[in-house]
Amino acid sequence: MPITYTSGEQIEVYRFNLPITVLVPLLALFLQAFLSWKLPFFSIFDLPLLVVIFFAVARRSQVGGMLTGSIIGLLQDSLTQLPLGVYGIANTVVGYGASSLGVRLDVENAGARFLVTLFFFAVHEIVYFSVARGLVRLDLRWNWPHEIAAAFANAVLAVLLFAMLDRFKQRT
Amino acid sequence: MENLLTRYRNVSILVGVLFAQILGLAIQVRRVKENESTLLIRVWTVTAITPLEKGIVGLESGMGNLWHNYIYLRGVRKENRDLKQEIQQLRLNEVRISEDAQQAHRLQVLLGFKEQYLSKTVAAQVIGSGGSDRSRVVFIDKGDDAKLLPEMPVITADGIVGKVVRVFAHSAQVLLVNDENSGAGAILEKSRLQGILKGTPVGGLILDKVMSDEQIQPGDRVLTSGGDGIFPKGMPVGTVTQVSKGKDSFLNIRIKPAADLSKLEEVLVITKQEEKEPSVADAGNERASDILSRRLPSVPDQPPAAPAHSGAGALKTNATAALPSASTAAHSIAGAQPASLAGSATTPSKLSAPKTTAPRPRATQPPADVPVSAPSATENPGNGQTIVKTITDDATTPAPVKPIVKSPASSANPQSKPAQPESDQQ
Repeated sequence: MPITYTSGEQIEVYRFNLPITVLVPLLALFLQAFLSWKLPFFSIFDLPLLVVIFFAVARRSQVGGMLTGSIIGLLQDSLTQLPLGVYGIANTVVGYGASSLGVRLDVENAGARFLVTLFFFAVHEIVYFSVARGLVRLDLRWNWPHEIAAAFANAVLAVLLFAMLDRFKQRT
Repeated sequence: MENLLTRYRNVSILVGVLFAQILGLAIQVRRVKENESTLLIRVWTVTAITPLEKGIVGLESGMGNLWHNYIYLRGVRKENRDLKQEIQQLRLNEVRISEDAQQAHRLQVLLGFKEQYLSKTVAAQVIGSGGSDRSRVVFIDKGDDAKLLPEMPVITADGIVGKVVRVFAHSAQVLLVNDENSGAGAILEKSRLQGILKGTPVGGLILDKVMSDEQIQPGDRVLTSGGDGIFPKGMPVGTVTQVSKGKDSFLNIRIKPAADLSKLEEVLVITKQEEKEPSVADAGNERASDILSRRLPSVPDQPPAAPAHSGAGALKTNATAALPSASTAAHSIAGAQPASLAGSATTPSKLSAPKTTAPRPRATQPPADVPVSAPSATENPGNGQTIVKTITDDATTPAPVKPIVKSPASSANPQSKPAQPESDQQ
């Protein structure tokens, strides 16, 4: 069973040093912007979202998670032509949810990470669509095949990415 | 109450953060209609990201140049040979097109058209994208430093790309035409039907607001109409790929963009457009009839004229010398190619003497009016000698010159002189 219920005392809480906290989200934004242009298929991935989930789950702090999500989401919005806040709101919700889950569940292994990412990608898309259609009046169409493919692609990438980012974890 | 807030502290913060963002979103959505200023967070993000992108693109470009210019030269000789052939072909085309352009220029003068000139463009390199398939924007490496402004059109040699939406110090954000928030005026090249070019949520391109009773075929080219006030008129947009019935009695026309929007590398930003009335002075002093007459088929060069024709004066000598023989001329005039004879008489390359004016009315007028000097020739098709004489007589007679003077092109052209009898009599 990949996801195990653990008590608060059993769960490891990690922190990251400042350069990693700043540089990893910026690098994710850069790669997202750069690789999506060079390799158009890459736009199916959402690296900033994966970074939000990783930091939120590792820190296990709801406030920290939502602030991380909020800041990364707003930075992501800054690269689009859309009003600031569409990604911001979606990532805030994901950051809060992922950290809440991290407090209760041990999501350190690959299977758990795959399922968690799959779930939060869906949450992200639902919130994003709701905000974009409801508040910004964007004419977005929900495309099931695309969303499912994107969710699985991001979940696979998350397993690899989280394994890389694990090296920067510091025990508290 | 305090206990409640303490107990639900995290949820309260979440609600607060979300509320702040929703509020901010509402303010921005309202402000979009007004004059939106670039928020500081955008400036910071773009300032942090774009130098890295510029660096990588520069490095990639340098490595690519090193590889392609100094190491990987396979097939270059063949390519060079092919390109030279292509240049020769293009030069031939250029001559033809320039004649067409000059003629169109005169017609524009007549009709009082205004022309748009791309008087200034800035070349820019694409360095990145918005990173989302829901927001089709790219970043270019020129910004305020190159005096770019929002709403400036961005193009490639293939067609339109989009418009500048935000300008930063050393970069700018370009909204692609296939973004759903994008729009441009477009016109179908053949049918001249106008519509609105819009992006779709999945990054496609459609032509909207074209009535469903219009006949549009896949493959029709779409150009900018200039009606949006951003893109210059007549720039390639793309090709119609699919036409189907849409809603509200409009057609659903899908378009394949002329520029490959998924592989943009270098683009041009049009920083200055001028609109002015075309002036005849710009087009030079050449008359449209001269251009037309040059375009007509000509008779090949021949050795100097036979002594029998040499007494007819300089022009007569030249005119007849250009003809292969009296019988050939008779053949032409008799109906096979009347225009070719007229062309031969006026083609500067064929005649060393100044241009004759007599055949010009044939060139400038519709076929019905062609036989200004031909009637006598067609009346006696069997007599080659008579025909040649008649033609050369006409060519030297100033009388047929008059129609040229009255032709619209000449009359509208204050600088173009009417046909000069003295040149005819040389």
